[in-house]
Amino acid sequence: MNAPAPIDVKAATRAFLAQTEEHMNAYLEACVHCGQCSEACHFHKASGDPRHTPAYKLFPIAKAQRAQKWPLKWLGLAPAITEKDLAEWEELIFDTCTMCGRCTEVCPMAIDIASIVGQARKAFVAAGLGPADLLQAAENSRDHGSPLGLTPEKLVDRVEWLADDDEVDMPLDKERAEVLLTVSSIEAMKYPQSLSAMAKILNHAGVDWTFSTTGYEATNFGYLSGKADIAKVMIQRILDAAEKTGAKTVVIPECGHAYGVLRWGAANIIGRPLPFEVLHITEYMAKLKRAGKLKLKPYDTPMTYHDPCQISRRGGATEDARYLLDGFATHFTEMAPTGAHNWCCGGGGGVQAMSRAAPLRHKVFQIKIDQVAATGTDTLVSACANCRLTFDESKTALHWEGKLESIVEIIADHLVED
Amino acid sequence: MTVMGMSLLDFARGPAINTAMAVFVLGVLWRLVSLLGLPRSVDRSRPKAGVPSAPMAALAGIWRHMGTPRGFGPMSMFQVFNGWIFHVGLAVIVFGFAQHMLFLKGLFGLSWPVLPTSVITLAAYVTLASLVAALVRRMTHPVLRLLSTGNDYVSWLVTVLPVVTGLLAVSHLGARYETLLALHILSIALLLVWFPFGKLMHAFLVFITRAETGMTYARRGVKT
Repeated sequence: MNAPAPIDVKAATRAFLAQTEEHMNAYLEACVHCGQCSEACHFHKASGDPRHTPAYKLFPIAKAQRAQKWPLKWLGLAPAITEKDLAEWEELIFDTCTMCGRCTEVCPMAIDIASIVGQARKAFVAAGLGPADLLQAAENSRDHGSPLGLTPEKLVDRVEWLADDDEVDMPLDKERAEVLLTVSSIEAMKYPQSLSAMAKILNHAGVDWTFSTTGYEATNFGYLSGKADIAKVMIQRILDAAEKTGAKTVVIPECGHAYGVLRWGAANIIGRPLPFEVLHITEYMAKLKRAGKLKLKPYDTPMTYHDPCQISRRGGATEDARYLLDGFATHFTEMAPTGAHNWCCGGGGGVQAMSRAAPLRHKVFQIKIDQVAATGTDTLVSACANCRLTFDESKTALHWEGKLESIVEIIADHLVED
Repeated sequence: MTVMGMSLLDFARGPAINTAMAVFVLGVLWRLVSLLGLPRSVDRSRPKAGVPSAPMAALAGIWRHMGTPRGFGPMSMFQVFNGWIFHVGLAVIVFGFAQHMLFLKGLFGLSWPVLPTSVITLAAYVTLASLVAALVRRMTHPVLRLLSTGNDYVSWLVTVLPVVTGLLAVSHLGARYETLLALHILSIALLLVWFPFGKLMHAFLVFITRAETGMTYARRGVKT
């Protein structure tokens, strides 16, 4: 058996210090160690382990920053980060933070811990750390187009099969289109009907849209794994495809982090504003409904709705899902807490892709089971394939008998065709 | 007792407090300049339509994090309430006590109505109890024990000392009034010297971090 690769502390330190920036440093200097964030964190709630406290996750990056600060550095009063620090915090930075931002809600200093964890991951990867399966997902994205084997050829194959099977027109590589529709490979490989459902809805509303074989993967495992170069490649592919087709709007499918990265991070990663509008599929469907282009039959199943963190709490699109459900889902009961305060699924931030994190993820699902039970319904609808997959796996592990649905699929199934 | 040929009280309200105030002002300026002088990332994402202006969003962020949002779900509220109690208590003592107002008037030339000494004494006892409760929680709660560093304990100590010495001075307990007053002023000098270098600096940083988070979330149209 090969010895584990040494941990490159210098590379990690360089990567930590490369993040030096006013916002981040203000956050790192402002923490008063009050511990309120522990109660907002689903991992801490599920495990009871104090190490899962969000503020504790910031310690290595805060330590690295302090160690280079004058006069502490000059006086030798601030120790540098060590191999032990990095080895100990790897699990905390990757496996037990979904970057859901719920901790910020209760932080008296309003520290954006999620964004710092996202930055800190870069340093851990630079040191040679990080879960192998997450890093592999990022490399697959760069080398094969998607983390889950959705190559351009496979996309063509899937689209042709779905178009044929579901009798829906699914344009691919149209020369010009108003809307570029992207996909999440989680959907394409695990919930393929979601792709044809999106197509049905766009066709129903008469939208001029296309998929592209050069820019289709909306998820960004480069960002989630702390590999900035891959994050940029994934964004550039969509950017090039949208520019080629002249799309004014890029629609992100049911994937929270894909939306977060492309809607709020991409322009900053590539260093210029995006030349198109980015909308999550729930935002886009709400836009169609407002324009009177979405005619729906009532959906009568008693259900509740799970807000994906990156779409609601960190995305600002909470009301679009409600607008869609209003007058459509006749037996909709909000869970508590809900909207921007909702509990995370436990699989965001790439945690779903880390097999070693599964036992704790399953414990987190108990929070959701209890939330759903309190609504008196047994159907959990969401707008994120990653949440859905996380729930699906935990549902099996915990033998939960409730039903999981996608908002896109239920809307597609209730379209009123003229 | 004499220090450098002067009485302890003269030393405390002369060189000690003056030096401490200079360290406080220069230290706070140094912290703020060294922070605000760092490179700032520019957010190039397209803001949502109809979001509030940056100053309004900053103010909303400062206000929003005064407590736990409604509908957040179960949270232990001890920390929130206790935090409010000692922060308000300290403000009442610092600005409501006649002697403090006169001291500040000497520095800034401003005066304001003050509260009766009995009210200030009560506020000081409540604040002291609240600070002791905060320390007990910090030393016993598993999360707080893990998070706490020397900075947290030193910051607690330099905050509690002026409250204790102030109460002793007002009550004339334990020593001559002049000595107690000198110790009170010296404890404030210690607080001022520590302030810029420890976590007490959050009293300034809180406006920066809350405002920046407020602006980021408002840009995204997040309503919490």
